[in-house]
Amino acid sequence: MEIVLSLAIGILAGAGVWLVLRPRTFQVIIGLTLFSYAVNLFIFAMGRLKVDAAPILAAGQAADPAHYTDPLPQALVLTAIVIGFATTALFLVVLLASRGLTGTDHVDGTEPDS
Amino acid sequence: MTDWIQHLVVVPIILPLIAGAVMMIIDERCRALKATIGIVSILGMIATAAILMVLASLRADGMAFIPSGVYRIGNWPAPFGIVLVADRLSALMLLLTGLLALAVAVFALARWHRAGSYFHALLQFLLMGLNGAFLTGDLFNLFVFFELLLVASYGLVLHGSGVTRVKAGMHYIVVNLVASLLFLIGVSLIYGVTGTLNMADLARRIPLIPAGDRMLFESGAAVLGIVFLIKAGMWPLSFWLPTAYAAAAPPVAAVFAIMSKVGLYVVLRLSLLLFGAGSGALARWGHEWLLFGGMATITFGAIGVLASQDMRRLAGFSVLVSSGTVLAAVGIGGTGVIGGALFYLVSSTLAIAAFYLLIELAERGRQPGADVLAVTIEAFGRDDEEEPDEAEGGVVVPAVMAMLGISFLACALLLSGSPPLSGFIAKFILLSALLKSPGSATAAVVPGLSWAFLILVIVSGLMTLIGMIRAGMRVFWTPIERMQPRVRVMEMVPVLFLLLGCTILTVQAGAVMRYMEMAARSLYTPQDYIHGVLTSSAGQQPPYEGGRP
Repeated sequence: MEIVLSLAIGILAGAGVWLVLRPRTFQVIIGLTLFSYAVNLFIFAMGRLKVDAAPILAAGQAADPAHYTDPLPQALVLTAIVIGFATTALFLVVLLASRGLTGTDHVDGTEPDS
Repeated sequence: MTDWIQHLVVVPIILPLIAGAVMMIIDERCRALKATIGIVSILGMIATAAILMVLASLRADGMAFIPSGVYRIGNWPAPFGIVLVADRLSALMLLLTGLLALAVAVFALARWHRAGSYFHALLQFLLMGLNGAFLTGDLFNLFVFFELLLVASYGLVLHGSGVTRVKAGMHYIVVNLVASLLFLIGVSLIYGVTGTLNMADLARRIPLIPAGDRMLFESGAAVLGIVFLIKAGMWPLSFWLPTAYAAAAPPVAAVFAIMSKVGLYVVLRLSLLLFGAGSGALARWGHEWLLFGGMATITFGAIGVLASQDMRRLAGFSVLVSSGTVLAAVGIGGTGVIGGALFYLVSSTLAIAAFYLLIELAERGRQPGADVLAVTIEAFGRDDEEEPDEAEGGVVVPAVMAMLGISFLACALLLSGSPPLSGFIAKFILLSALLKSPGSATAAVVPGLSWAFLILVIVSGLMTLIGMIRAGMRVFWTPIERMQPRVRVMEMVPVLFLLLGCTILTVQAGAVMRYMEMAARSLYTPQDYIHGVLTSSAGQQPPYEGGRP
């Protein structure tokens, strides 16, 4: 379980960082999205991984913190997803504006001389 | 009496939120109405900040108001709910933000707010984010306010549109989006290790972290540090800054002068709260990085100032010099040094903002990007284009070049730290505290490093002076008869207002410095802060019922 999740986070983050460093704006935005997925999973994992645990309280069990998962990281992830989504949408607009103004999808606004 | 005063802490966040939201509803053609709402809201913020400041300086532990300096949002007790904390440092930053915003909003009235839509609304949201970041006592809430101010700043950096702005703005946005993701990684690592996000609670738990988890915590704090240092513009994380600031519309660049200070503020607050003397094995963690990074930033900034042909880039590099000086001062530490650094921070922020506004006035009527290749211009002579005739009314400033020249001189003196203005006093206080303190600072600082810092500060001042004089000669002493820029009184007043702020800092240096020293001292006694935040629940009236009749 832990190894699968950490591999998933690692691959997503690695792919995201690689794409962010690419010269095309579309690659950058996909990279940012992948990276934010990795970060969201990472926040989630920081609440410790538990299988088959109740979200807050299970019926009939004593109120023991050991029995349920930490709800705070889940709340944090929600906030992070919302903010990440909004900023990605905003970046998309800037990307389109840049494409319209410069006529190229290169991040520097000019095609490199090749 | 205490009922309304309890809610004062939240006013700097609520006021711009309401003002900004109302402006979104009003039609874009009613600019005068929007501007009025904006300026009234900013004046309200300034008044609140001033009251908080007075209250904070009256209390022995530096928290802002009666009965405690802490405002619990939703009345949840401290480690669980989000708290806002107004202490001396926060109140100071609030006031600085308000003054800057006032100057910028008035400056934009003349023409810049017509360059695009929603200028005043975005400015209000930016202010909300800034004020929130200065007030909050919770790490994740800090993230939210950071995002708020960044989203507003994305809009502002593109204000006026154009190819240069969109290009520079895109780089700025990508850098900051990646930084936000790193922020989340850092916050969640810290939460994973300590189980809390409240800054005061965090400070209390840090000495208790088991040795095995310490490395995880350190990596979380390091990732978080990188984020704030990107904002503050520490070398080598600062390459985006001069370009983005130079491309932004001048009033926007002026208000961005405070944005790099948010990073500095958080670094200052967290490094002294979390890694102060009381944090066991982690005491003074990361301070060497701040010192060396700050010194590298000063060097980079000073070289940039000398190398830049364009006045806006010159201003951008002086932002870096100012950031570097404060960072290195935080790295060295000691109440005297921090007090001096705070004074320097206020003075340099006002000066840089005034400089950005001034550049636009002085360069008005020249071709855009005219001095990108200043050498070529000087070699081949210049042919100014006719200034586009603007059918705007308004009173025009008489003897405009003389006014601009004097203001430019004041900016040069302030930024380089030459007498007699507050830049000199700030550097003098900083350096004299440095010379006095090597023995008495909280931990052993190698005196050699203090000397290196001292020399760097002086040399960078000299380099700034050279860069500024060169730029000034090009703009004001060119013998060719050139178009006099048409400057309206409304545009000149904000510049003079900011410079007047620096003059007041100079004349009232004693009183201001006493406040700064108190602020620095309360930063060095984090026990008061921790105690204040964590005991705020005891015997306090529920804030939500307190305000109702």
